[in-house]
Amino acid sequence: MQLAICAGPATTGKTSVLRHMIKKLLAQGYRPAFLKIDVQYAEEDIQLFKEFGIPTRKVYSGELCPDHCNVMVLGDALEWARECGCDVLLVETAGLCLRCSPYVTGGLGMVVLEATSGMNLPLKVGPMLSLADVAVVTKIDRVSQAEREVFRARIQDVAPSVRIREVNALYGIGIDPLVRLLEEAPAAHAGMELRGNPPVGTCTICVGKKNIGWREHFGVVRSLETDIFYQGE
Amino acid sequence: MIETITIVSGHGKDGTPEAVDQLELRMGDVVSIVGPTGSGKTTLINDIELFADGTTPTGRRVLINGAAPPDEYRENPANHPIALITQHTTFLSDLPVGEFLATHARIRSKTERDVEALLEETLEFANQLTGEPIQTEMRMTELSGGQTRALLIADATIICDTPIVLLDEVENAGIHRTRALELLRRRRKIFIFVTHDPRIALLSDYRIVMRGGKIADVLYTDAAERAYAHEVSKLDDALCILRDKIRHGERLTGHLLEVFACN
Repeated sequence: MQLAICAGPATTGKTSVLRHMIKKLLAQGYRPAFLKIDVQYAEEDIQLFKEFGIPTRKVYSGELCPDHCNVMVLGDALEWARECGCDVLLVETAGLCLRCSPYVTGGLGMVVLEATSGMNLPLKVGPMLSLADVAVVTKIDRVSQAEREVFRARIQDVAPSVRIREVNALYGIGIDPLVRLLEEAPAAHAGMELRGNPPVGTCTICVGKKNIGWREHFGVVRSLETDIFYQGE
Repeated sequence: MIETITIVSGHGKDGTPEAVDQLELRMGDVVSIVGPTGSGKTTLINDIELFADGTTPTGRRVLINGAAPPDEYRENPANHPIALITQHTTFLSDLPVGEFLATHARIRSKTERDVEALLEETLEFANQLTGEPIQTEMRMTELSGGQTRALLIADATIICDTPIVLLDEVENAGIHRTRALELLRRRRKIFIFVTHDPRIALLSDYRIVMRGGKIADVLYTDAAERAYAHEVSKLDDALCILRDKIRHGERLTGHLLEVFACN
Protein backbone atom coordinates (compact mmCIF):
# COMPACT_ATOMS: atom_id res chain seq x y z
CA MET A 1 0.00 0.00 0.00
CA GLN A 2 1.39 3.40 -1.00
CA LEU A 3 0.59 6.17 1.47
CA ALA A 4 0.61 9.95 1.22
CA ILE A 5 -0.08 12.17 4.20
CA CYS A 6 -0.89 15.73 3.23
CA ALA A 7 -0.68 18.66 5.63
CA GLY A 8 -0.77 22.41 5.18
CA PRO A 9 -2.67 25.41 6.55
CA ALA A 10 -6.37 25.84 5.69
CA THR A 11 -7.30 27.07 2.18
CA THR A 12 -3.88 26.43 0.63
CA GLY A 13 -5.28 23.95 -1.89
CA LYS A 14 -4.58 20.57 -0.26
CA THR A 15 -7.80 19.10 -1.66
CA SER A 16 -7.19 20.52 -5.14
CA VAL A 17 -3.70 19.03 -5.24
CA LEU A 18 -4.96 15.63 -4.02
CA ARG A 19 -7.88 15.76 -6.46
CA HIS A 20 -5.46 16.12 -9.38
CA MET A 21 -3.28 13.37 -7.95
CA ILE A 22 -6.32 11.05 -7.75
CA LYS A 23 -7.11 11.79 -11.39
CA LYS A 24 -3.54 10.92 -12.43
CA LEU A 25 -3.42 7.82 -10.20
CA LEU A 26 -6.68 6.50 -11.67
CA ALA A 27 -5.39 7.13 -15.21
CA GLN A 28 -2.34 5.02 -14.35
CA GLY A 29 -4.48 2.13 -13.09
CA TYR A 30 -4.04 2.66 -9.35
CA ARG A 31 -6.95 2.23 -6.95
CA PRO A 32 -6.74 5.15 -4.50
CA ALA A 33 -8.70 5.61 -1.26
CA PHE A 34 -9.08 8.94 0.50
CA LEU A 35 -9.32 9.81 4.20
CA LYS A 36 -9.96 13.31 5.51
CA ILE A 37 -9.13 14.18 9.09
CA ASP A 38 -10.57 17.43 10.35
CA VAL A 39 -11.59 19.02 13.60
CA GLN A 40 -15.30 19.65 13.22
CA TYR A 41 -16.33 20.02 9.59
CA ALA A 42 -15.25 18.56 6.26
CA GLU A 43 -16.97 17.58 3.04
CA GLU A 44 -13.98 16.64 0.90
CA ASP A 45 -14.87 12.95 1.27
CA ILE A 46 -18.32 13.56 -0.28
CA GLN A 47 -16.93 15.74 -3.09
CA LEU A 48 -14.23 13.27 -4.07
CA PHE A 49 -16.59 10.30 -3.86
CA LYS A 50 -19.04 12.09 -6.15
CA GLU A 51 -16.31 12.97 -8.59
CA PHE A 52 -14.36 9.72 -8.74
CA GLY A 53 -16.49 7.05 -7.04
CA ILE A 54 -13.44 5.94 -5.01
CA PRO A 55 -13.69 4.82 -1.36
CA THR A 56 -13.57 7.96 0.82
CA ARG A 57 -14.28 8.70 4.45
CA LYS A 58 -13.67 11.27 7.14
CA VAL A 59 -12.87 11.43 10.82
CA TYR A 60 -13.61 14.38 13.10
CA SER A 61 -11.03 14.77 15.81
CA GLY A 62 -13.23 17.00 17.96
CA GLU A 63 -11.35 17.95 21.08
CA LEU A 64 -8.47 15.63 20.34
CA CYS A 65 -5.52 17.18 18.49
CA PRO A 66 -6.13 16.32 14.80
CA ASP A 67 -2.54 15.16 14.22
CA HIS A 68 -2.85 13.03 17.35
CA CYS A 69 -6.08 11.66 15.89
CA ASN A 70 -4.20 10.79 12.70
CA VAL A 71 -1.77 8.62 14.68
CA MET A 72 -4.67 6.89 16.41
CA VAL A 73 -6.67 6.03 13.29
CA LEU A 74 -3.97 5.51 10.65
CA GLY A 75 -3.52 1.79 11.35
CA ASP A 76 -7.26 1.17 10.96
CA ALA A 77 -7.38 3.40 7.89
CA LEU A 78 -4.71 1.37 6.10
CA GLU A 79 -6.69 -1.77 6.96
CA TRP A 80 -9.89 -0.14 5.63
CA ALA A 81 -8.20 0.86 2.37
CA ARG A 82 -6.90 -2.67 1.93
CA GLU A 83 -10.38 -4.13 2.54
CA CYS A 84 -11.74 -1.76 -0.11
CA GLY A 85 -9.30 -3.30 -2.57
CA CYS A 86 -7.20 -0.14 -2.80
CA ASP A 87 -3.45 0.14 -3.29
CA VAL A 88 -2.96 3.84 -2.43
CA LEU A 89 -4.21 5.74 0.62
CA LEU A 90 -4.26 9.53 0.53
CA VAL A 91 -4.76 11.16 3.92
CA GLU A 92 -5.65 14.84 4.07
CA THR A 93 -5.11 16.22 7.55
CA ALA A 94 -6.62 19.31 9.13
CA GLY A 95 -3.16 20.79 8.75
CA LEU A 96 -3.36 23.47 11.38
CA CYS A 97 -0.73 22.67 13.95
CA LEU A 98 2.56 24.56 13.88
CA ARG A 99 4.12 22.47 16.63
CA CYS A 100 4.02 18.97 15.23
CA SER A 101 3.48 17.14 11.97
CA PRO A 102 1.39 14.16 10.90
CA TYR A 103 3.98 12.39 8.69
CA VAL A 104 5.04 8.84 9.48
CA THR A 105 8.16 6.83 8.69
CA GLY A 106 6.51 5.15 5.65
CA GLY A 107 4.87 6.80 2.65
CA LEU A 108 5.16 10.35 1.38
CA GLY A 109 4.85 13.44 3.58
CA MET A 110 3.48 16.40 1.65
CA VAL A 111 2.96 19.93 2.89
CA VAL A 112 0.91 22.29 0.74
CA LEU A 113 1.78 25.96 1.17
CA GLU A 114 0.38 28.92 -0.71
CA ALA A 115 2.74 31.53 -2.07
CA THR A 116 0.22 34.19 -1.06
CA SER A 117 0.71 33.56 2.63
CA GLY A 118 3.64 35.94 2.93
CA MET A 119 7.40 35.60 2.59
CA ASN A 120 7.86 34.66 6.25
CA LEU A 121 5.46 31.72 6.32
CA PRO A 122 8.15 29.07 5.70
CA LEU A 123 9.87 30.33 8.85
CA LYS A 124 6.69 29.93 10.89
CA VAL A 125 5.29 26.51 10.07
CA GLY A 126 7.96 24.40 11.79
CA PRO A 127 7.86 20.58 11.56
CA MET A 128 4.86 20.61 9.23
CA LEU A 129 7.43 21.78 6.66
CA SER A 130 10.76 20.54 7.93
CA LEU A 131 9.67 16.90 8.33
CA ALA A 132 7.87 16.70 4.98
CA ASP A 133 9.39 15.05 1.90
CA VAL A 134 7.99 17.60 -0.47
CA ALA A 135 6.68 21.14 -0.17
CA VAL A 136 4.00 21.84 -2.76
CA VAL A 137 3.66 25.57 -3.45
CA THR A 138 0.31 26.76 -4.83
CA LYS A 139 -1.13 30.11 -6.00
CA ILE A 140 2.18 31.00 -7.60
CA ASP A 141 0.58 33.25 -10.21
CA ARG A 142 -0.84 35.54 -7.54
CA VAL A 143 2.34 36.96 -6.12
CA SER A 144 5.24 38.89 -7.54
CA GLN A 145 8.19 36.94 -8.87
CA ALA A 146 10.20 38.51 -6.06
CA GLU A 147 7.99 37.19 -3.27
CA ARG A 148 7.77 33.82 -4.95
CA GLU A 149 11.55 33.56 -5.07
CA VAL A 150 12.00 34.70 -1.50
CA PHE A 151 9.32 32.17 -0.46
CA ARG A 152 11.23 29.34 -2.20
CA ALA A 153 14.54 30.48 -0.80
CA ARG A 154 13.12 30.58 2.74
CA ILE A 155 11.78 27.03 2.35
CA GLN A 156 15.25 25.95 1.28
CA ASP A 157 16.78 27.81 4.23
CA VAL A 158 14.68 26.15 6.91
CA ALA A 159 14.25 22.77 5.23
CA PRO A 160 17.18 22.12 2.88
CA SER A 161 16.29 18.45 2.36
CA VAL A 162 12.64 19.08 1.49
CA ARG A 163 11.95 19.10 -2.24
CA ILE A 164 9.95 21.98 -3.60
CA ARG A 165 7.33 21.56 -6.31
CA GLU A 166 5.41 24.52 -7.63
CA VAL A 167 2.01 23.62 -9.01
CA ASN A 168 -1.01 25.23 -10.51
CA ALA A 169 -3.68 23.45 -8.50
CA LEU A 170 -6.51 24.96 -10.55
CA TYR A 171 -5.29 23.62 -13.89
CA GLY A 172 -3.51 20.60 -12.46
CA ILE A 173 -0.13 21.59 -13.85
CA GLY A 174 2.97 20.22 -12.12
CA ILE A 175 1.11 17.30 -10.48
CA ASP A 176 2.95 14.44 -12.24
CA PRO A 177 6.17 14.83 -10.27
CA LEU A 178 4.10 14.44 -7.07
CA VAL A 179 2.62 11.19 -8.32
CA ARG A 180 6.15 9.99 -9.13
CA LEU A 181 7.33 10.89 -5.63
CA LEU A 182 4.38 8.96 -4.18
CA GLU A 183 5.30 5.91 -6.29
CA GLU A 184 8.94 6.11 -5.20
CA ALA A 185 8.17 6.56 -1.50
CA PRO A 186 8.63 3.51 0.77
CA ALA A 187 5.36 1.58 1.06
CA ALA A 188 3.34 1.70 4.28
CA HIS A 189 4.51 -1.10 6.57
CA ALA A 190 3.94 -2.53 10.02
CA GLY A 191 5.82 -0.73 12.79
CA MET A 192 5.65 2.74 11.23
CA GLU A 193 6.17 5.63 13.61
CA LEU A 194 5.46 9.30 13.73
CA ARG A 195 8.46 11.15 12.22
CA GLY A 196 8.69 14.01 14.68
CA ASN A 197 8.55 14.34 18.41
CA PRO A 198 5.22 15.54 19.72
CA PRO A 199 5.38 18.98 21.36
CA VAL A 200 5.36 19.63 25.07
CA GLY A 201 1.67 19.30 25.83
CA THR A 202 1.39 18.54 29.50
CA CYS A 203 0.17 21.71 31.10
CA THR A 204 -2.61 22.48 33.49
CA ILE A 205 -4.47 24.34 30.73
CA CYS A 206 -4.54 21.15 28.63
CA VAL A 207 -6.33 19.39 31.45
CA GLY A 208 -8.94 22.05 31.91
CA LYS A 209 -7.69 24.71 34.37
CA LYS A 210 -8.73 27.89 32.60
CA ASN A 211 -7.43 30.65 34.90
CA ILE A 212 -5.39 33.43 33.31
CA GLY A 213 -1.75 34.00 34.34
CA TRP A 214 1.06 31.57 35.04
CA ARG A 215 0.84 31.98 38.82
CA GLU A 216 -2.50 30.14 38.63
CA HIS A 217 -0.84 27.07 37.11
CA PHE A 218 1.80 24.46 37.92
CA GLY A 219 3.97 22.05 35.96
CA VAL A 220 5.02 23.58 32.62
CA VAL A 221 4.62 27.34 33.18
CA ARG A 222 6.22 30.45 31.76
CA SER A 223 6.07 34.17 32.39
CA LEU A 224 6.32 36.83 29.72
CA GLU A 225 9.90 37.53 30.78
CA THR A 226 11.07 33.90 30.65
CA ASP A 227 12.83 33.39 27.37
CA ILE A 228 12.76 29.62 27.10
CA PHE A 229 12.05 27.98 23.76
CA TYR A 230 10.36 24.74 24.79
CA GLN A 231 11.39 21.82 22.64
CA GLY A 232 10.27 18.19 22.67
CA GLU A 233 12.93 15.64 23.64
CA MET B 1 22.31 29.05 -22.14
CA ILE B 2 18.74 29.06 -23.31
CA GLU B 3 18.43 29.74 -27.03
CA THR B 4 14.93 28.48 -27.84
CA ILE B 5 11.65 27.40 -26.30
CA THR B 6 9.59 25.01 -28.39
CA ILE B 7 5.87 24.59 -27.92
CA VAL B 8 4.98 21.17 -29.28
CA SER B 9 1.32 21.61 -29.99
CA GLY B 10 -1.57 19.81 -28.34
CA HIS B 11 -5.27 20.19 -28.88
CA GLY B 12 -8.15 22.58 -28.25
CA LYS B 13 -11.08 22.19 -25.90
CA ASP B 14 -12.88 20.06 -28.53
CA GLY B 15 -9.89 17.77 -28.95
CA THR B 16 -8.97 19.01 -32.45
CA PRO B 17 -5.29 19.71 -33.12
CA GLU B 18 -3.67 23.14 -33.13
CA ALA B 19 -2.94 24.97 -36.38
CA VAL B 20 0.83 24.52 -36.13
CA ASP B 21 2.70 21.34 -35.22
CA GLN B 22 5.21 23.22 -33.19
CA LEU B 23 6.34 26.74 -32.57
CA GLU B 24 9.88 27.76 -31.81
CA LEU B 25 10.50 30.96 -29.84
CA ARG B 26 14.05 32.26 -30.16
CA MET B 27 16.11 34.27 -27.71
CA GLY B 28 15.38 37.96 -28.31
CA ASP B 29 11.86 37.38 -29.65
CA VAL B 30 9.05 39.62 -28.48
CA VAL B 31 5.82 37.67 -28.90
CA SER B 32 2.17 38.48 -28.26
CA ILE B 33 -0.57 35.99 -27.52
CA VAL B 34 -3.95 37.33 -28.65
CA GLY B 35 -7.52 36.00 -28.70
CA PRO B 36 -10.93 36.53 -27.12
CA THR B 37 -11.59 35.89 -23.43
CA GLY B 38 -11.67 32.15 -22.76
CA SER B 39 -9.71 31.29 -25.90
CA GLY B 40 -6.85 29.73 -23.96
CA LYS B 41 -4.26 32.53 -23.72
CA THR B 42 -3.61 32.14 -20.02
CA THR B 43 -3.62 28.35 -20.30
CA LEU B 44 -0.88 28.63 -22.92
CA ILE B 45 1.38 30.68 -20.68
CA ASN B 46 0.64 28.37 -17.76
CA ASP B 47 1.77 25.48 -19.96
CA ILE B 48 4.99 27.33 -20.75
CA GLU B 49 5.60 28.44 -17.18
CA LEU B 50 5.35 24.98 -15.64
CA PHE B 51 6.97 23.15 -18.60
CA ALA B 52 3.95 21.13 -19.70
CA ASP B 53 5.00 17.59 -20.55
CA GLY B 54 1.99 16.24 -22.42
CA THR B 55 -0.06 15.71 -19.27
CA THR B 56 -1.81 19.07 -18.94
CA PRO B 57 -5.37 19.47 -20.27
CA THR B 58 -4.03 20.75 -23.62
CA GLY B 59 -1.58 17.90 -24.17
CA ARG B 60 1.17 20.40 -25.08
CA ARG B 61 4.82 19.83 -24.44
CA VAL B 62 7.35 22.58 -23.83
CA LEU B 63 10.99 22.03 -24.76
CA ILE B 64 14.04 24.09 -23.94
CA ASN B 65 16.75 24.09 -26.60
CA GLY B 66 14.85 21.29 -28.31
CA ALA B 67 14.88 18.90 -25.36
CA ALA B 68 12.81 18.24 -22.23
CA PRO B 69 13.73 20.87 -19.62
CA PRO B 70 16.34 19.63 -17.16
CA ASP B 71 15.09 18.48 -13.75
CA GLU B 72 17.24 21.09 -12.07
CA TYR B 73 14.68 23.76 -13.03
CA ARG B 74 12.27 21.98 -10.71
CA GLU B 75 14.84 20.76 -8.21
CA ASN B 76 16.41 24.13 -7.65
CA PRO B 77 13.86 26.84 -8.18
CA ALA B 78 16.57 29.50 -8.15
CA ASN B 79 17.54 28.16 -11.58
CA HIS B 80 14.03 28.45 -12.93
CA PRO B 81 14.40 30.41 -16.18
CA ILE B 82 10.94 31.97 -16.34
CA ALA B 83 9.46 35.00 -14.61
CA LEU B 84 5.68 35.33 -14.71
CA ILE B 85 3.64 38.49 -14.20
CA THR B 86 -0.12 37.99 -14.43
CA GLN B 87 -3.13 40.24 -14.13
CA HIS B 88 -3.61 38.92 -10.58
CA THR B 89 0.02 39.29 -9.63
CA THR B 90 0.61 41.77 -6.88
CA PHE B 91 2.94 42.55 -4.01
CA LEU B 92 1.67 41.32 -0.67
CA SER B 93 4.57 42.58 1.36
CA ASP B 94 4.22 45.90 3.12
CA LEU B 95 7.97 46.47 3.50
CA PRO B 96 9.48 49.70 2.20
CA VAL B 97 10.39 49.38 -1.51
CA GLY B 98 14.15 49.53 -0.89
CA GLU B 99 14.10 46.87 1.80
CA PHE B 100 11.86 44.61 -0.26
CA LEU B 101 14.02 44.81 -3.38
CA ALA B 102 17.16 44.27 -1.31
CA THR B 103 15.67 41.08 0.19
CA HIS B 104 15.00 39.79 -3.29
CA ALA B 105 18.36 40.91 -4.68
CA ARG B 106 20.19 39.24 -1.79
CA ILE B 107 18.86 35.78 -2.64
CA ARG B 108 19.86 36.37 -6.25
CA SER B 109 23.36 37.80 -5.85
CA LYS B 110 26.41 37.50 -3.70
CA THR B 111 27.71 40.84 -2.54
CA GLU B 112 26.10 43.87 -0.92
CA ARG B 113 27.58 46.05 -3.65
CA ASP B 114 25.67 44.04 -6.26
CA VAL B 115 22.54 44.46 -4.18
CA GLU B 116 22.95 48.26 -4.12
CA ALA B 117 23.56 48.40 -7.86
CA LEU B 118 20.62 46.11 -8.68
CA LEU B 119 18.34 48.15 -6.47
CA GLU B 120 19.27 51.39 -8.16
CA GLU B 121 18.95 49.94 -11.66
CA THR B 122 15.56 48.39 -10.86
CA LEU B 123 14.12 51.66 -9.55
CA GLU B 124 15.47 53.60 -12.50
CA PHE B 125 13.91 51.09 -14.90
CA ALA B 126 10.56 51.15 -13.08
CA ASN B 127 10.50 54.92 -12.98
CA GLN B 128 10.81 55.10 -16.74
CA LEU B 129 7.60 53.09 -17.03
CA THR B 130 5.45 55.04 -14.61
CA GLY B 131 4.48 58.69 -14.47
CA GLU B 132 4.67 58.82 -10.67
CA PRO B 133 8.19 58.15 -9.44
CA ILE B 134 8.68 55.34 -6.92
CA GLN B 135 10.86 56.20 -3.90
CA THR B 136 12.83 53.64 -1.91
CA GLU B 137 11.14 54.58 1.36
CA MET B 138 7.57 54.12 0.06
CA ARG B 139 5.76 51.05 1.35
CA MET B 140 5.04 48.38 -1.24
CA THR B 141 1.33 48.36 -0.41
CA GLU B 142 1.13 52.14 -0.89
CA LEU B 143 2.15 51.94 -4.54
CA SER B 144 -0.49 52.75 -7.16
CA GLY B 145 -1.57 50.20 -9.75
CA GLY B 146 0.77 51.72 -12.34
CA GLN B 147 3.71 51.87 -9.95
CA THR B 148 3.12 48.26 -8.90
CA ARG B 149 3.03 47.00 -12.50
CA ALA B 150 6.15 49.02 -13.35
CA LEU B 151 8.02 47.65 -10.36
CA LEU B 152 6.90 44.06 -11.08
CA ILE B 153 8.27 44.32 -14.61
CA ALA B 154 11.49 46.02 -13.51
CA ASP B 155 12.09 43.48 -10.75
CA ALA B 156 11.47 40.50 -13.06
CA THR B 157 13.69 41.99 -15.77
CA ILE B 158 16.62 43.19 -13.68
CA ILE B 159 16.77 41.33 -10.37
CA CYS B 160 15.37 37.98 -11.53
CA ASP B 161 17.04 38.49 -14.88
CA THR B 162 15.47 35.27 -16.14
CA PRO B 163 15.92 34.57 -19.86
CA ILE B 164 12.16 34.26 -20.34
CA VAL B 165 9.53 36.73 -19.09
CA LEU B 166 5.78 36.09 -19.38
CA LEU B 167 3.47 39.08 -19.01
CA ASP B 168 -0.26 38.41 -18.81
CA GLU B 169 -2.33 41.50 -19.67
CA VAL B 170 -0.08 44.05 -18.07
CA GLU B 171 -1.40 46.89 -20.20
CA ASN B 172 -4.40 47.74 -18.05
CA ALA B 173 -2.46 49.55 -15.39
CA GLY B 174 -1.15 52.81 -16.79
CA ILE B 175 2.47 52.16 -17.74
CA HIS B 176 4.26 53.66 -20.73
CA ARG B 177 3.95 50.70 -23.07
CA THR B 178 6.09 51.97 -25.96
CA ARG B 179 8.84 52.88 -23.50
CA ALA B 180 8.49 49.47 -21.84
CA LEU B 181 8.86 47.66 -25.16
CA GLU B 182 11.87 49.82 -26.04
CA LEU B 183 13.61 49.11 -22.74
CA LEU B 184 12.76 45.41 -22.80
CA ARG B 185 14.05 45.01 -26.35
CA ARG B 186 17.51 46.13 -25.23
CA ARG B 187 17.76 42.97 -23.14
CA ARG B 188 18.29 39.64 -24.80
CA LYS B 189 15.36 37.68 -23.48
CA ILE B 190 12.21 36.07 -24.77
CA PHE B 191 9.26 38.28 -23.85
CA ILE B 192 5.77 36.83 -24.19
CA PHE B 193 2.81 39.20 -23.76
CA VAL B 194 -0.75 38.04 -23.38
CA THR B 195 -2.48 41.13 -24.67
CA HIS B 196 -5.52 42.83 -26.16
CA ASP B 197 -3.50 45.95 -26.87
CA PRO B 198 -2.90 46.78 -30.56
CA ARG B 199 0.14 48.83 -29.58
CA ILE B 200 1.90 45.92 -27.89
CA ALA B 201 0.75 43.46 -30.56
CA LEU B 202 2.20 45.59 -33.38
CA LEU B 203 5.48 46.17 -31.57
CA SER B 204 5.91 42.38 -31.25
CA ASP B 205 7.76 40.27 -33.79
CA TYR B 206 4.75 38.02 -34.20
CA ARG B 207 1.51 37.13 -32.49
CA ILE B 208 0.04 33.79 -31.62
CA VAL B 209 -3.70 33.79 -32.27
CA MET B 210 -5.76 31.65 -29.86
CA ARG B 211 -9.25 30.30 -30.50
CA GLY B 212 -11.23 27.58 -28.70
CA GLY B 213 -8.30 26.68 -26.47
CA LYS B 214 -5.83 26.12 -29.28
CA ILE B 215 -3.29 27.98 -31.40
CA ALA B 216 -5.31 28.99 -34.47
CA ASP B 217 -2.69 31.02 -36.31
CA VAL B 218 0.69 32.73 -36.06
CA LEU B 219 0.87 36.18 -37.63
CA TYR B 220 4.22 37.86 -38.24
CA THR B 221 4.10 41.63 -38.00
CA ASP B 222 4.57 42.68 -41.63
CA ALA B 223 5.98 45.89 -43.07
CA ALA B 224 2.54 47.44 -43.51
CA GLU B 225 1.68 46.77 -39.87
CA ARG B 226 5.01 48.15 -38.75
CA ALA B 227 4.32 51.34 -40.64
CA TYR B 228 0.87 51.44 -39.13
CA ALA B 229 2.21 50.89 -35.61
CA HIS B 230 3.19 54.55 -35.41
CA GLU B 231 -0.38 55.69 -36.18
CA VAL B 232 -1.75 53.25 -33.65
CA SER B 233 0.59 54.64 -31.02
CA LYS B 234 -0.58 58.16 -31.78
CA LEU B 235 -4.22 57.17 -31.47
CA ASP B 236 -3.44 55.44 -28.26
CA ASP B 237 -1.53 58.49 -26.96
CA ALA B 238 -4.50 60.65 -27.81
CA LEU B 239 -6.79 58.40 -25.80
CA CYS B 240 -4.30 58.48 -22.94
CA ILE B 241 -4.37 62.28 -22.93
CA LEU B 242 -8.17 62.24 -22.85
CA ARG B 243 -8.09 59.71 -20.04
CA ASP B 244 -5.69 61.90 -18.08
CA LYS B 245 -7.90 64.93 -18.52
CA ILE B 246 -10.91 63.02 -17.23
CA ARG B 247 -8.81 61.78 -14.36
CA HIS B 248 -7.78 65.30 -13.42
CA GLY B 249 -11.36 66.57 -13.45
CA GLU B 250 -11.06 68.56 -16.68
CA ARG B 251 -13.65 68.95 -19.42
CA LEU B 252 -13.08 67.48 -22.87
CA THR B 253 -13.62 69.75 -25.88
CA GLY B 254 -14.08 69.05 -29.58
CA HIS B 255 -10.97 71.13 -30.10
CA LEU B 256 -8.83 68.38 -28.53
CA LEU B 257 -10.02 65.83 -31.05
CA GLU B 258 -9.17 68.19 -33.93
CA VAL B 259 -5.66 68.62 -32.58
CA PHE B 260 -5.21 64.86 -32.52
CA ALA B 261 -6.56 64.53 -36.05
CA CYS B 262 -3.94 66.98 -37.37
CA ASN B 263 -1.03 65.16 -35.71
